[in-house]
Amino acid sequence: MRIPLSWLSEYVSLPSNTTADSVMAELVKVGLEEEGSHHFDIQGPVVVGEVLEFVEEAQSNGKTIRWCQLRVAVDGQKAADGGAAVRGIVCGARNFFVGDKVVVTLPGSVLPGDFKIAARSTYGHTSDGMIASARELGLSDDHEGILRLATLGIDVPVGTDALDLLKLNDSAAEVNVTPDRGYCFSIRGIAREFSHATGASFTDPATKVTPVKPNGFDLKIEDNSPIRGKVGASKFVVVAVNGLDATSPTPAWMISRLKLAGMRSISVIVDITNYVMLEFGQPIHAYDLDKLSAGFGARRAKPNEALITLDGQERKLNAEDYLIVDSSGPIGLAGVMGGLSTEVSATTKNVLIEAANFDPVSISRTARRHKLPSEASKRFERGVDPKIAEYAAARVAELLGDLAGGQLSELGAIYDTSLEVEKIQLAKDFAAAITGVEYSVEQITQTLTLIGCAVIQREDSLEVTPPSWRPDLTLPESLVEEVARILGYDQIPSRLPVAPPGRGLTRKQKLRRLVANSLAANGFTEVLNYPFVTAAQNSDFIEEDSSRVVLANPLQAEVNEMRLSLLPGLLEAAARNSSRTLVNLSIFEIGSIFQPAPSSAEVELPIGGAIPSSNQLKALGNSVPTQPIALAALMLGDRVGQQVGKTSTRSSYLDAIGAVRALASLLSLEIKVEQVTQRGFHPGRTAAISSAGVLVGYAGEIHPEITANYDLPRQVSFFELNLDALIQSVPDLVTALPIHTLPAATQDLSLVIDVAVPAAEVLDLIRESAGELLEEVVLVDDFRGGNLKGSEKSLTFSLRFRAIDRTLTQVEATEAKDAAVQAANARFGATIRS
Amino acid sequence: MSDKNAISAATVTALVSDALKLIEATEDLASLKLAKSSTIGENSEFAKLSSSLGKLAPEDKAEAGKLITQARVALNEAFGKKEEEFYSAEQAARLQAEAVDVTAVGRTLPIGARHPLSLLQDEISDVFVGMGWEIAEGPELESEWFNFDALNFDADHPARAMQDTFFVEPTSQHLVLRTHTSPVQVRSLMERDLPVYVLCPGKVFRTDELDATHTPVFHQVEGLAVDKGLTMADLKGTLEHFARIMFGPEAKIRLRPSFFPFTEPSAELDVWHPGAKGGARWVEWGGCGMVHPNVLKSAGVDPEIYSGFAFGMGIERTLMFRNDVKDMRDMVEADVRFSQQFGGVI
Repeated sequence: MRIPLSWLSEYVSLPSNTTADSVMAELVKVGLEEEGSHHFDIQGPVVVGEVLEFVEEAQSNGKTIRWCQLRVAVDGQKAADGGAAVRGIVCGARNFFVGDKVVVTLPGSVLPGDFKIAARSTYGHTSDGMIASARELGLSDDHEGILRLATLGIDVPVGTDALDLLKLNDSAAEVNVTPDRGYCFSIRGIAREFSHATGASFTDPATKVTPVKPNGFDLKIEDNSPIRGKVGASKFVVVAVNGLDATSPTPAWMISRLKLAGMRSISVIVDITNYVMLEFGQPIHAYDLDKLSAGFGARRAKPNEALITLDGQERKLNAEDYLIVDSSGPIGLAGVMGGLSTEVSATTKNVLIEAANFDPVSISRTARRHKLPSEASKRFERGVDPKIAEYAAARVAELLGDLAGGQLSELGAIYDTSLEVEKIQLAKDFAAAITGVEYSVEQITQTLTLIGCAVIQREDSLEVTPPSWRPDLTLPESLVEEVARILGYDQIPSRLPVAPPGRGLTRKQKLRRLVANSLAANGFTEVLNYPFVTAAQNSDFIEEDSSRVVLANPLQAEVNEMRLSLLPGLLEAAARNSSRTLVNLSIFEIGSIFQPAPSSAEVELPIGGAIPSSNQLKALGNSVPTQPIALAALMLGDRVGQQVGKTSTRSSYLDAIGAVRALASLLSLEIKVEQVTQRGFHPGRTAAISSAGVLVGYAGEIHPEITANYDLPRQVSFFELNLDALIQSVPDLVTALPIHTLPAATQDLSLVIDVAVPAAEVLDLIRESAGELLEEVVLVDDFRGGNLKGSEKSLTFSLRFRAIDRTLTQVEATEAKDAAVQAANARFGATIRS
Repeated sequence: MSDKNAISAATVTALVSDALKLIEATEDLASLKLAKSSTIGENSEFAKLSSSLGKLAPEDKAEAGKLITQARVALNEAFGKKEEEFYSAEQAARLQAEAVDVTAVGRTLPIGARHPLSLLQDEISDVFVGMGWEIAEGPELESEWFNFDALNFDADHPARAMQDTFFVEPTSQHLVLRTHTSPVQVRSLMERDLPVYVLCPGKVFRTDELDATHTPVFHQVEGLAVDKGLTMADLKGTLEHFARIMFGPEAKIRLRPSFFPFTEPSAELDVWHPGAKGGARWVEWGGCGMVHPNVLKSAGVDPEIYSGFAFGMGIERTLMFRNDVKDMRDMVEADVRFSQQFGGVI
C-alpha cells in the first residue's frame, strides 16, 4: 500500500518534518513492513507560463517545430529562475494555442530521470526552458503533446509554482500489508495505524460524510450455491448520481495522489471510484445508469455464460463465479472486474454507484480462476469493513458533485445481511499468559478501545467486540497480539525455558553426520543439488516405464521430475565444475530421492480447519511418497594430482568400491560386493553392494554413453547407496572381541584359477576353509599373462594365522593354508602357482 | 711353568694398550668391528688369555681374574664409545642425505569439504541439542494438509497464495514440495509426547527463479516448543541465547509485529549482528510467534492446557550475512571451491 503524505495528513496529524521514510519507520512499529518511498523526482523552477505567440518552422529533418514566446512571470517581475519574464522556447508539440496556460520548466529545473533543463541552442534558436508534457512531469503516461492546464480545469496567474499547483511536491510511503490487515489497504486504516504508532490524533474519514440512505431501486441479490456456506454478497449498496459531466477534468491534486498511490488517471468518474477505494478501502464500481436494464442484481453464474470484461476480454464463466447481472445477463465479475457493456464513458450522464461487500473466498477463487488480480479483489480477499459501504458511496457522490457536477439521487437500495461482529471473551490474565508481560486490565482495555473495540468489563474477563474493520480479530489470542503490538514488543521480558532432558541426536542423525564428515576427511567435497531432473535424466538410471513424481508446475517445462537418483544432479555438478576447469573431482551429496507412493488415489483433504479423523490421517500419510535419504559420490580426473614425490593417480572403480568398503568399515558393517550389470553403469565395472542381505546400492563406473551426455570424460566412477537402508543395517551395539596377542604366522598363497571366478568368492572360500586359526586374508594381486593360459589368472593372497592359546608354528599355518588350497581346488579347480 | 706369568699385569696392560691403539686407528663401524674381532674376538690373544684362567692354580685365579675383568671392561667401554661415535656420525650423515624440501610438499591426499549449509545446520542443531531439544525431520514432498491446512492456512486464504508452491501431478493427490519446515512441527506434535522441544532443519521449496538473492530450493530451520506455561518471554529468551551463540555475546534480538497464519501473536525477528561487514547493524533474520491455537488443535494438543512458541529462519540467508556470502548462486551451483574454502569449519 502506497500512502501519499498529503492524503495521510488529512486524517492524522503529521509533524512538519514528516518524510516518507519517517512514516515508514513509525508504521513498522505496528507491524507494517517498509517497502520504499515514491516521489515525483522533479525540482523547480517549474512555473505556469502563457503562450504569447508562436511561429511554426519546418525543419530539414521533416519535423515542424514551434518557436514560442512564453510569459513566465508577471510583467515587470523576474521569472522564478531570475531570468526574463518572457522566454523564447522551441517546442516540438503542436497541440496548444496562443493564450494557453502551460507548464514551463525553466533552466535549472530537473525532471524525472535526472533530466536537467538548461538554455540550449536548437533549430536555430536558443530555447530558454521547456514546455512540459504530463509524462515529462511524471504525472501520467500521456505524451500526446504538452500539458494544457485548461484540460485540468486550471487557470492561475503566470509564474505560479507548478510543482505545488500540480502537487508534484508530494511523496508517498509504501508499506507491505500482511494478509490479515485488509483494512490497511486504505488511507483510513493506515492513518489509524499511524496514530497507534505515534499517538497522533486521528479522524476517521467516515465521520466526514453522511451515509447514503437511498431507496426505490429494484435490487435482486441472490445466491443459490454459496461457497463453503457463505453467500456471495452480504451487503450491497447502490445509489444513483445524476446530471454528471463525465468530461470534467480530474483535478491535479487527485491525479497526483492516484499517481503516487500507483494508479493512473483515467476519467473523472473512474478516478473518483479509485480514489474512494484507496481512501476508505471499499472497492467501488460505477455503472452507466442509462446502459443498465431492469433486474439489476447479483447471482452465481449459470452454465455457458460469458462476459466481456472492461479489458475487452471475453471470459467464460464458472458456476462458482459471482456476477453482477441485469436482464441482459452478466454485466460484471463481482468484486473483480466490471463488464464492458455498462462501462462509464465521456457521454455518461447518470451513474449507479455500487459499494458492496463480497465473500472473500468467492472473490479470491474468481480472481485466481480468471487470473485477474485487481485492486478490488485484493481488498475483498482480505476482508472489507462491512459497515463502510454507505459512507464510501456518500463520499463518491460528494466528489462526483464537487468535481463533475453530479447530483446525489435518492434512488438506490441497501441490501444488508452482514452479521454483527462476534464478541470475544478475554480472560483478564490471558494476555500475561501469552506474552509474559503483566499488563493491567486498564492497559488492556485502553489499548483495545484505542484500536476500535468495544470493551465491557466482566468479573474475570473482558467482553470485547472488535471493530467492523477487523475481521481478523476472532480469538482471544488475536486481541493479545493487538495489546502487545500497540504497547510494544520491546516490553516483553526474556526468559530461557528449560527443556526436559533430551536424548541428543538420533543414531541415524549421528551416523549420517559421521558418514558426511568422514567422506569430507577422505577427500570428497559435499554439494547440494536441486532435486529436479528431466524424464531423460531419471531414465538414464531407472527403467523408462517406472513411475516417477512429476511436478505440475515446474520452473522449466522439461525439468519436471523429482530425482529417483542423486547421480543426475552430481553429473550436472561435475559438468559445471569441469566447465570452470575444475576437472579433478570427488564430490558427494546426501539427500532425499522421491519414489512415488504405491497408490495414486485421490486424497480428500479435511477442509476449513477441520481436524482429520485417524483414518483420514492414515490416508494422508500413505499418500506421501517414500523419500529415502541417499548418498552418492562421483569421482573423475585425478584422485591425487601430479606433484613432487608422487605421480598422479586417476580415480576409478577401485576408489569408488574402496570408498564404500571404507564407509562400511566405519559403520561396523560387513558388506557384500557382487559383480552385476545395471542400467546406467559400465557393464563390466559395476558392483552391487548389499549389507545384512539387503541390496543397498551400487558402485563402479558410470556408463560412458551417459558421461558423454554431460560432456564429461569417459571414466567417471561413482557409488550410490540408500543411506537410510545402510544405517538401518548398522548393529545397535558393537560387541567387542578379545584382542589376541600371541605371535602370528603369515603365509602367502598364489592360486591359478579360471578368470571367470570372482575373487570375492575365492576369498570367502579361504575364510570358510582355512579354519579358526585364520585371522585375516587379503587379496594382494590379480596377475594375468606371463606363462598363464588366457583362461587363467593368478590370485595372490596374504594370510595371517594366529592361535589364541599358543605360539603358532609354520607347520600349523601351512596345514591350515593347505586346507584352503584343497577346498579351492575342489570348488574352482584352483592350483597352487609354481 | 712357562705360562705361569702369562696372565701378568704387564701382559694384560700391553694387550689393552695395543687394543686401544687399534681402536683409535679405526675409521668406521666396519673397521671397528674387525678390530673388535681381532682384539677380543674368539681367536684373539685376549680370548686365549682369558680361557687360560681356568688352568691357573687356585691361589692365582683371583688376581688374574681381576686383571682380565678390568681389561675386558676397559676394552668394552672403549669399543662402545667408539661405536657410539661412529654410529652418531653415520646416522648424521644419513639424515643429512635424507633431507628434503618440505616446502615442496603439495596435497598428497585429496581435499574434501562439507557444504557450509550443512555445516551451519549441524552447528545450529548442536546449539539446541545442548539445551535439551531434539532434532525432528519430515518429508520434503508433503501432503498439502500438513503443509497448509494443519498450519491454519485456509484453502482460500491469500496467505496460501503468498507461498508460491510446487504441486505434484495429479493435483487431486494434494501433494506439494513443502514450502517451509513447519509441517514437521505438526508431525512432531502428533508423534511425540508433550512437552515438545524440537528443532526442524531442512530443505524447502518455492517457485522462485534462481538469482543473486532467490533460489527455488533452500533450507530453513524452525524451532517449536510446546509446554505448559510458555510465553513470548520464553520465545525471546530462546532466540537471544541462540543469537549470542551464532553471532557473539553482544548479539541481541528485536521483535516486530507481523502476521503468519500459524502463530498468534506473530513477529518478525531482527538480530543485532555485531560482526556485520561494514559495522554492527540490525539484520532481518526470520519470523516467530506463539503457536496458533488452531495449529495445536490440528495436532491434537489442547490449547487450554498447553501453549507454545515457534520460530524459523533461512539457513542460506543466515550464511549470507554471517559468513558474508554475496551471491545465492554460490551456494547452489556446486562449485567445489565454494565448499572447500570452509573445509569443515563454519
